[in-house]
Amino acid sequence: MKNTDSPPRLPLRILRIFIRTELMDEVTGDLKELYDMSRLTRSRFICRLIIWYEVIHYLRPFALRKTKFIFVNPYCMYKSYFKTSLRGMFKNKLHTFINITGLSVAMATVLIIVMWVGNELAYEKNFKNYQRIGQVLQNVTNNGYVQTWNSIPYPLADEVRKNYGSDFVHVVLTSGKYPHLLASETKKLNKSGLYAEPDFTTMLTLSMLAGSADAIKDPSSVLLSASTANAYFGEADPIGQIMTIDREFTVKVAGVYEDIPTNSIFSDMHFIAAWDLLFNGTGWIKHMEDPWRPNAFSLYVQLADHATFEEASAKIKDAKLKKVSEALAKKKPELFIHPMSQWHLYDKFENGKLVGGRIQYVRLFGIVGSFVLLMACINFMNLSTAQSEKRAKEVGIRKAIGSIRSQLVAQFFSESILTAFFSLALALLLMQLMMPFFNAVAGKNMSMQWNNVLWWLIGIIFTIVIGLIAGSYPALYLSSISAGKAIKGVHKGGHHAIPRKVLVTVQFTVSVVLMVGTAVVFLQIKHAKDRPVGYSANGLIAVPPMSPDIHKHFDVVKSELVKSGAIVAMAEAVSPTTEQWSSSSQFDWKGKDPDLSVDFPTYGVSHDYGETIGWEIKGGRDFSRDRLSDSTALILNESAVAYMGLKNPIGETIRWGGQAFEVIGVIGDIVVRSPYEPVSPTIYFLSTSEENFLIMRINPTFATTAALDKIETVCKKYNADIPFTYEFTDEAYARKFGNEERVGTLATIFATLAILISCLGIFGLSSFMAEQRTKEIGVRKVLGASLFDLWRLMSKDFVLLVLISCVIAVPTAYTILSSWLENFQYRLGIPWWTFLLATFGTLFITMLTVSWHTISVARVNPVKSLRAE
Amino acid sequence: MLETRLGDFEEVIMLMIGILEAEDAYSFRIVQEFKSQTGRTVSIGAAHATLDRLETKGFLRSEIREGSATRGGRRKRIYAITALGKRVLKESMEFKVTLWKQYPAFAGKFNMSF
Repeated sequence: MKNTDSPPRLPLRILRIFIRTELMDEVTGDLKELYDMSRLTRSRFICRLIIWYEVIHYLRPFALRKTKFIFVNPYCMYKSYFKTSLRGMFKNKLHTFINITGLSVAMATVLIIVMWVGNELAYEKNFKNYQRIGQVLQNVTNNGYVQTWNSIPYPLADEVRKNYGSDFVHVVLTSGKYPHLLASETKKLNKSGLYAEPDFTTMLTLSMLAGSADAIKDPSSVLLSASTANAYFGEADPIGQIMTIDREFTVKVAGVYEDIPTNSIFSDMHFIAAWDLLFNGTGWIKHMEDPWRPNAFSLYVQLADHATFEEASAKIKDAKLKKVSEALAKKKPELFIHPMSQWHLYDKFENGKLVGGRIQYVRLFGIVGSFVLLMACINFMNLSTAQSEKRAKEVGIRKAIGSIRSQLVAQFFSESILTAFFSLALALLLMQLMMPFFNAVAGKNMSMQWNNVLWWLIGIIFTIVIGLIAGSYPALYLSSISAGKAIKGVHKGGHHAIPRKVLVTVQFTVSVVLMVGTAVVFLQIKHAKDRPVGYSANGLIAVPPMSPDIHKHFDVVKSELVKSGAIVAMAEAVSPTTEQWSSSSQFDWKGKDPDLSVDFPTYGVSHDYGETIGWEIKGGRDFSRDRLSDSTALILNESAVAYMGLKNPIGETIRWGGQAFEVIGVIGDIVVRSPYEPVSPTIYFLSTSEENFLIMRINPTFATTAALDKIETVCKKYNADIPFTYEFTDEAYARKFGNEERVGTLATIFATLAILISCLGIFGLSSFMAEQRTKEIGVRKVLGASLFDLWRLMSKDFVLLVLISCVIAVPTAYTILSSWLENFQYRLGIPWWTFLLATFGTLFITMLTVSWHTISVARVNPVKSLRAE
Repeated sequence: MLETRLGDFEEVIMLMIGILEAEDAYSFRIVQEFKSQTGRTVSIGAAHATLDRLETKGFLRSEIREGSATRGGRRKRIYAITALGKRVLKESMEFKVTLWKQYPAFAGKFNMSF
């Protein structure tokens, strides 16, 4: 027991660090006596505290150990470090080149990633009430699976305001943000914008450049963003100008707000009109049969000071459920508030739970950036330690002349920090050059902030830290060698080859993982691109709805265009082929489980739609102009047939909102939304809306531009004032891959960088190895070793390291990629050959790099290599 | 004016050494004695610093003794007052007494003899 009750060790150990050696004994003795005495009356904890207190009180000048060395003129010494560092760098040009190249590439990459991450994290932060704003979302259970929707029915706004208002400063209902045709007297342009309740501008604290934000209380007013006002009215005063929205609403410009920064979801909100204008002017909203049914609007809230998002979410959870009809209640709508701070980075919900979103990419690139930097630092350390045998002699001599260890540490650190600063200069240059390219890949608009003091400060601190990390091993290890050993040459690189080997292995592991990663990302994209879409997208264009006149003269327009040879087919549909905008849960069929609530995507088309896009009829027939009864006909896709469990779908009756429809055909699945997900069970019906898109197939024998010109001319006949726009279906479809292709491109860049840096590393290492073994090789040659023997001898070590790296990298890459692929339902299995390819690729590159030096050394005439000394 | 050359704390510490038995006059004990006599606490480090300073001034001398088992066998530094130290202590006291005697409220009522 006596042992356990002795004074605490840690404070004594600390004491030993700073106290004069001759005092140590007596002070320890005193402390022990004090401790034992205190223990008689007090608890152990208190006694320990007493000892700590006493130790701290020994921090007095008389008790402190005196440093042995006093810098008389540190400036002189630093000048010397600087000079020797520069000389050393010039002497080992290859070494310096490798270090600076590697470090600068890595630093440029990391700084760009830091800028990118900063940009991502700054989303919405420009709004003053950033911390207090949220959007009301709903979780609805659909066929056993919880979906998260960001749209809500409009009466919810009043409901929340009236019954749950105490938690909120503002409750604001808005329409969705869509492009609208905004026209002044002289100009007509498509501009995104929305209709909002008056509090919207106060909530977002928009800064007004002209007019007043309150003016929006008058339903006949509109607010424009600065750039929009400029686009329409140039230098003229926009206030009081008359504009029309979608040719339906006439409004007066009452204010101009500063453009919303690009890193906000509202960045493309170019006008704000009054909600009342939309509500009173749009029949279908005002006279809805059940206004709680369509989820077509957005609801934003600003919390009151006392409320939190969690509490407010819990309170409003059932606000919708309590109001909706029995049928809708089956979907168990649960409301919650999604804070503005999460809108951009945390926006992916799975089964009602937040599972991440873009934050995954932010983390991923953060990790990759750190790895790239780590690899460059590893290179620096490796080359420095490889050189250590040479430097060891220098250390020995310096020590013999009288350098103390701290001076040597300072010298090595000043060398590495100097290298880091050279790299920073080069890195800034590289960044400037790479920035446009990076912006294009990442879809950003960032620029170098040369005037930003904070950035410079971060950059400089960052550089010093890099210098310290990179120089740590040589500085701390080399400076510890004793002078005698170093000069006698007892010190050999042998025993610290292990850490060096570990470092090389780490580098190659990272490279191989990145290589496999890149390959798999691209294979997955290709896999999804090769997926049969169920129609032919080639030459297909979608023209947004222009004027009802075209709809009325559909047949004339069609025959005119077909006759001219510009197109081969033309149809109408409620949305472009690559999108699906509406769904309905009001379907009933024979054998449906009465408790089931399921949404089917619905897609309205004209008679010629199937023929135009080239869908595949699997059974039954297409819609026909000749049969009037087809207005109550439906076509199902195969997934829908399978989902409903219809054995004999053709002729089956399906009730839609009570009305009977007849199934006349079954078509093969068409990929509409995400190419990575299974095709949803979809129901096609005949639509004769004036708001339909025109879908046309351009004649493949006709030049595309000429065909488009022709289409525009013909459309203009019936629709003079609305600009003709169009979109190629294959381009729209290709956009669905944008995110993954972006990841793929970035992965390629990083993998290339990683391999480049690793290769630079082993290039440097092999050059030192070759230099060290020059004599050995000479002797071996004299004894009859062939060029091949020598090459094998020297490559062996590196090849082994690469193989070990691959063994580590393969399972790592497999785990990471499997979890990435789980994001996609339509995915490929990771092909085994990607691992093989990466392994052999790395081996090949390694051997190529190593051979450069080994062969040149092996070819030297032994007479030359043995003659020295 | 007479220079006493001793601060209050220094003077008390020296007196503690005088009070303690010769063997016991090392920093830990001095601090303990100080505590029991004055009721004030002081850290060993603070006392040690003062002892060190008084030794440099020549008022104290010290020697190292082997430690007992209670100290875990650690050596201890025993302090003793030098002749100079004694003189300084005495001067300090006498100086104060002369000052006291000139204090009118106490004049005549003060009776101290040495």
